Amino acid sequence: MLTNRCNHGLGLLLMAAAINVPFFGAPSRAAEPQVAKPLPKHISFNRDIRPILSDKCYKCHGPDKGERKAKLRFDIEAEAKRDLGGYSAINPGKPDDSELVARILTKDTEDLMPPPKSEKVLDAYEKRLLTEWIRQGAEWEAHWAYIPPKRMAAPPVSNKTWVRNPIDSFVLASLDRHDLRPSPEADRVTLIRRLSFDLIGLPPTPEQVDAFVADKSPDAYEKLVDRLLASPHFGERLAAPWLDLVRYADTVGYHGDQNVADSPYRDYVINAFNANMPFDQFTRENLAGDLIENATLWQKVAAGYNRLGMMSAEGGVQPKEYLAKYAAERVRNVSTVWMGATMGCCECHDHKFDPYSTKDFYSMASFFAGIKEQGIYGGSNFGPFMDVPSFEQEAEMKKLDGAIAKLNEALKNPTPEEFAAMAKWEDAMRKAAAGGGVHDFAWFTERKTPDGQKNGDFKYVDDKKHPVREGATVSRRQQGNDIVQHFVINAKDTIKLAAGNTLYAWVYLDPKNPPKTVMLQFNLNGSWEHRAFWGEDKISFGGIGAVDQAQHHRVGDLPNTGAWVKLEATLEQVGLKPGDAINGMAFTQFDGLAYWSDAGAVQSGTGLGADEEAILNVAAGDRDEAQRNKLFDAFRRTGDYKDPRRADLAKLEAERDKLNKSTRKMIETIAVAPREMRVLPRGNWMSDDGEIVTPHVPHFLPQIKVEGDRRATRMDLANWLVSRDNPMTARVFVNRLWAMYFGAGIAKNLDDLGSQGEPPVHPELLDWLAVEFMDRGWDIKHMIKLMVTSSTYRQSSLAPTHLREVDPYNRLLARQSRFRLDAELVRDNALAISGLLVDKIGGDSAKPYQPAGYYRHLNFPKREYQPDRGEGLYRRGVYTHWQRQFLHPMLKAFDAPSRDECAVDRPRSNTPLAALVLLNDPTFVEAARVFSEHALREGGKDDASRLTWMYRHVLSREPEARETQVLEKLLADNRANYTADKDAAKKLVSTGEWPTPNDLDVSEHAAWTTVARAILNMHESITRN
Amino acid sequence: MNQSEIRNPKSEINPYRRTFLGRSLSGIGTAALASLLSPQLLRAAAAGNGAAGHALVRPPKWTGVVNPLHYAPKAKRVIHLCMAGGPSHLETLDHKPKLAEMDGQPMPESYTKGQPIAQLQGKALKCFAPQHPFKKFGQSGQEISTALPNIGEVADEICIIRSMRTTQINHDPAHTVMNTGTSIPGRPSMGSWMLYGLGAETEELPGYVVLTSAGGGQAQPIASRQWASGFLPSRFQGVEFHSAGDPVHYVSSPGGVTMDQQRGLVDAVTSLNRIGNDVYDDPEIATRIAQYELAFRMQSSVPELMDISNETKETLEMYGTKGADGSFAYNCLLARRLAERGVRFIQLYHRGWDHHGGIKNGILQTAKFVDQGTAALIKDLKQRGLLEDTLVIWGGEFGRTPMAQGNGRDHHIKGFSAFVAGAGVKGGISHGATDELGYNAVEEVTEVHDLHATMLYLLGIDHKKLTYKFQGRDFRLTDVHGNVVHDILA
Repeated sequence: MLTNRCNHGLGLLLMAAAINVPFFGAPSRAAEPQVAKPLPKHISFNRDIRPILSDKCYKCHGPDKGERKAKLRFDIEAEAKRDLGGYSAINPGKPDDSELVARILTKDTEDLMPPPKSEKVLDAYEKRLLTEWIRQGAEWEAHWAYIPPKRMAAPPVSNKTWVRNPIDSFVLASLDRHDLRPSPEADRVTLIRRLSFDLIGLPPTPEQVDAFVADKSPDAYEKLVDRLLASPHFGERLAAPWLDLVRYADTVGYHGDQNVADSPYRDYVINAFNANMPFDQFTRENLAGDLIENATLWQKVAAGYNRLGMMSAEGGVQPKEYLAKYAAERVRNVSTVWMGATMGCCECHDHKFDPYSTKDFYSMASFFAGIKEQGIYGGSNFGPFMDVPSFEQEAEMKKLDGAIAKLNEALKNPTPEEFAAMAKWEDAMRKAAAGGGVHDFAWFTERKTPDGQKNGDFKYVDDKKHPVREGATVSRRQQGNDIVQHFVINAKDTIKLAAGNTLYAWVYLDPKNPPKTVMLQFNLNGSWEHRAFWGEDKISFGGIGAVDQAQHHRVGDLPNTGAWVKLEATLEQVGLKPGDAINGMAFTQFDGLAYWSDAGAVQSGTGLGADEEAILNVAAGDRDEAQRNKLFDAFRRTGDYKDPRRADLAKLEAERDKLNKSTRKMIETIAVAPREMRVLPRGNWMSDDGEIVTPHVPHFLPQIKVEGDRRATRMDLANWLVSRDNPMTARVFVNRLWAMYFGAGIAKNLDDLGSQGEPPVHPELLDWLAVEFMDRGWDIKHMIKLMVTSSTYRQSSLAPTHLREVDPYNRLLARQSRFRLDAELVRDNALAISGLLVDKIGGDSAKPYQPAGYYRHLNFPKREYQPDRGEGLYRRGVYTHWQRQFLHPMLKAFDAPSRDECAVDRPRSNTPLAALVLLNDPTFVEAARVFSEHALREGGKDDASRLTWMYRHVLSREPEARETQVLEKLLADNRANYTADKDAAKKLVSTGEWPTPNDLDVSEHAAWTTVARAILNMHESITRN
Repeated sequence: MNQSEIRNPKSEINPYRRTFLGRSLSGIGTAALASLLSPQLLRAAAAGNGAAGHALVRPPKWTGVVNPLHYAPKAKRVIHLCMAGGPSHLETLDHKPKLAEMDGQPMPESYTKGQPIAQLQGKALKCFAPQHPFKKFGQSGQEISTALPNIGEVADEICIIRSMRTTQINHDPAHTVMNTGTSIPGRPSMGSWMLYGLGAETEELPGYVVLTSAGGGQAQPIASRQWASGFLPSRFQGVEFHSAGDPVHYVSSPGGVTMDQQRGLVDAVTSLNRIGNDVYDDPEIATRIAQYELAFRMQSSVPELMDISNETKETLEMYGTKGADGSFAYNCLLARRLAERGVRFIQLYHRGWDHHGGIKNGILQTAKFVDQGTAALIKDLKQRGLLEDTLVIWGGEFGRTPMAQGNGRDHHIKGFSAFVAGAGVKGGISHGATDELGYNAVEEVTEVHDLHATMLYLLGIDHKKLTYKFQGRDFRLTDVHGNVVHDILA
């Protein structure tokens, strides 16, 4: 019996090693095993043979026609077995009559395959596998990942009571085959910690732990899972790996690494996961939310996925080259994220291992050829941008819009004061019509600008802190260095000039900081060459020092400061003549601060139309309604009555404007006419010689069906990805979920389900899960619940020696896996324990403490990182500002990717740099000192109870006696140190921005801070067991 | 609440601790396992033998996957002086009298037609004479610009490669090519490949150190992806040393904590982790313990490295630095100190060579920051016997156009210069050439991959055999290219 067992053990060890060969690479460098590895009884093409052919043969005998040697290929069965002229490479059942066998076994280096210069070597085991497979009949299988998954019945198992759901049947059946037994269920404390970290990424509170341990109801575990799945933190937890996949970041990545605005996308992901949006819908919204009819704001936000890639604003970038880079990156991303395919290889040549061709690559790229984008972006304008108000802002906007509409409605009805003003105006108009008097025709007033294109900020300020002209409530403030300007052009209503008119504008120059020059400019038929200026000759429009003429006329000195002044210029001075119709006016200054108010023309005559003038002469009582309205409109248009209700309106409009400006912006995905997309030979972007391609999915997979000759869209692509025919998407997604909860995927390579990826350890289980996912309407929470409620998941992660020997990588799952928390969670854990964590979902990206000067290599513009004040310092890691070129050092030390490209699987390193972060990063020191403050206040009166309190908060358990001993010594040493040096103590407990308590003994607080640091630095504190 | 059950280890756990690969090491070739896992060390680390409570616990030393080496090595370490921004070869290392003759004349279209071009897109292309005379230096009589008189003094030590070529015409991707062999982000930099292949001699400092400086010209940004480990495990990434604040992030203890107290803290953490290991029996814990010890030692070794008070006045004068001023010269001195301490790959970036305009004066300005320190480093390495096994590489991510951009030059990728010196390289020679106008590399064309292949060769590595499997493919620094430049080898 014992001998038997040992043998099994050895066999399994070797098998595990064999499983790992294709993934761990370089088997040729590994020592040859002492004992010949036993071959599997039935050799499976997909499991045993394809990985060898792919890795060792496909380079020259695979899908890439450019590299293919001897017209022989092993990626297609018929080709591999075809008659080569009296013999064949693979002759089923007859290894002795198969050229392949002869070539791999020969001693003649001329004939040997793979050829020595390829650097590829078959080991003895692989040679035996190939030979035996041919002897067994060389049975071929299509690559598993390209066949639609099928739901197999759960297999029979040795221990039915262990089976909670079909997952367990598949896992246990495989353990049975390997003569292994599952590990016992983990204790409840471990379970609640595991579930909390896995599902919401936060540690359980002691109260939650106690409640779960005490809950004797049969569904206690399920209730816990349901509570966690319903938590708003669930979405945050699941979002982080998704954001790695879609390379979401806060900066553009190339060259100047400028900021981009995309944080609404991150919140969309969190909210979608929280709402359990089906993954097919999520896919459609990500790839093509903008194409949905009447797309909602958040569907457009989702479509922002298409603009999350890196971008460049480097001067000298060749737009065509960068458009090619962006296009290629999109193919890499979409194919990795949804298909688990490594299509990136096909940018330059047909894939060497999988059936993807170069044409497939560019055909995929052409799905995205209609996205509005640029090869090079000027300044910091990476738009087009859209406004993304928060839910609160949306409500507020609605309210304001309502109030504005109501007031506008009310303003249609004049007040008695306005009627009185109109009567006066009518008198003046009648006089003017009769040839007497002049009046100001105010084109710009405090409340209106001519209806045309505005440029400049038109910053309106009120009379509380700023000068406004008598009777007005606002003025336009204009300040800056060098030339500052605002203007309107292409106005619909022009000023029609008549003889004797002058042009004017009211201005107030700040006495402390007056401009050096003020200038008025007028636009006639598109030309601005009509300028009048006051003060120094500093404004370059029209040419500094140019001769005095209409396009550069100096009227006089700068007017008095500190008072409202009416600037006036004659038509002649600015080169205009009667009959001209001005359609634009500009207000320009050089340096300084000025306030501008009404402007227009001083006119004699009425400036009204003949029909309007005619009404003036109809007695008020005789006018019909049309006449009354017409005249009233004329009054409103040209008169200068200021209705006090306008001030209220201006205020509301200013508020609305402010709200508009305060909303988050986001890069918008807009569909335009698609660019021409060609195959680029060897990826050469300069070439226009390649075949023109249109949107198509890889040729060997089921194709998209479109009606007629319509061009397939991103929506078609999305629908294809989540269709039942698609063999990849569901497998890829459930495989990645599995890796989150079990430590590794069922198919280990989360980014490569192709022939170079490791075949799944439990293929039937992977298929079962994929089908279940689709059958259940792509219900993510359902899949997670299935996984985490399984017996497989609930196993202990302790690894007895024999298990480590036979299954060192835990691929068979006779235990749970154990791993360090991801970067963001390391942060979240410390903040949650200390009570500092801000419990808020979504919003702008947060800037925690970061070493000064870290961004000094950035330029265009140069930047100095400003950490947030207040709550921004204590937000979850998923919200941290993601600077692609200089990722926060804490995140980096714990293996968060820069997100330049799709990142599928984070490594979990264990380095001194990570140790330095936990020891010395102010975030963690501050967490320790705030945590210790809580311990001092709430953790009981004596050292022992405080230590226990701390352990229960950090580790959900009580300290062992040995641990207490270690920490009591640390406490004693530090008490002595900090009692002797209160300044040092003060320094330590002042780390970070959080207020330092002044009612605690500073030495005691510092000593306990040290204890807290020790506990927070424990391996156990950052490990999910 | 009762203690968690996990505190009562099951009896089935064998006290004999087998080594076991945690996920942090995943992806390392099987051959690497043997060198990585030293069971004795791990057990010692976890069990904590040693009297003082903080025994000299070391993490399993990474000795590289190229073990044994493919060739007898000439170089043990590399210092890469990266002249960021793209120095003009025409004003530094590549003398082109013909270009002077053609000053102001249209650049012949035969050169430029259909070629990639950066900021001169759509502009008239005119020849622009070299702005500084060249002179023959040393016994070898190598022609070097008078703008680099100090480098001229070490002319007999250096091998000038005048036929470099790259593929990317903008700074960021061109640096990425120079470091990783491709412009696609996410691949390991050459320093990371070296650490993966060879490990480092030191365990007290990172094996791959980056230092930066600026001055003399437009400072183009430089991204930390240039020293990233890409898909290699992150332990192989470059670590940037900073001239302001902590030299290495978080290498200083928090305010109010003495080194003794920090020592006590690390000891306590170690003790707690050892107790934890009694339950979990997990090699990751041993590694954690070792990394904390290493972190603590870095807290002393890094300040020791940066403390140059024991350097003589003559040394400081030779480099042209007064001390910790963050200058290129100071960084050169640190590079020597890092080399002495067993750091494998030392990379200095000087950001200041992007002379789109005013190149005549610009070159002099930037040379003032770079010339003396470079020469001093080579001399100093030589006098200390370190040049024998240190490879020094000097050059930018690309060169500059023979055509004028105003009174400067635009980016240029079809031909530019670099020099190498030290271990295994012939001094006093030049290799390859550009055409008579300095546009195309025409003789002995040296691609970036060739430089990489040669560098690895000198370190004892066959560039075709240093691979890592990622997304189903064996990747290497030289991708599917690279030829060792045997002509320049001693």
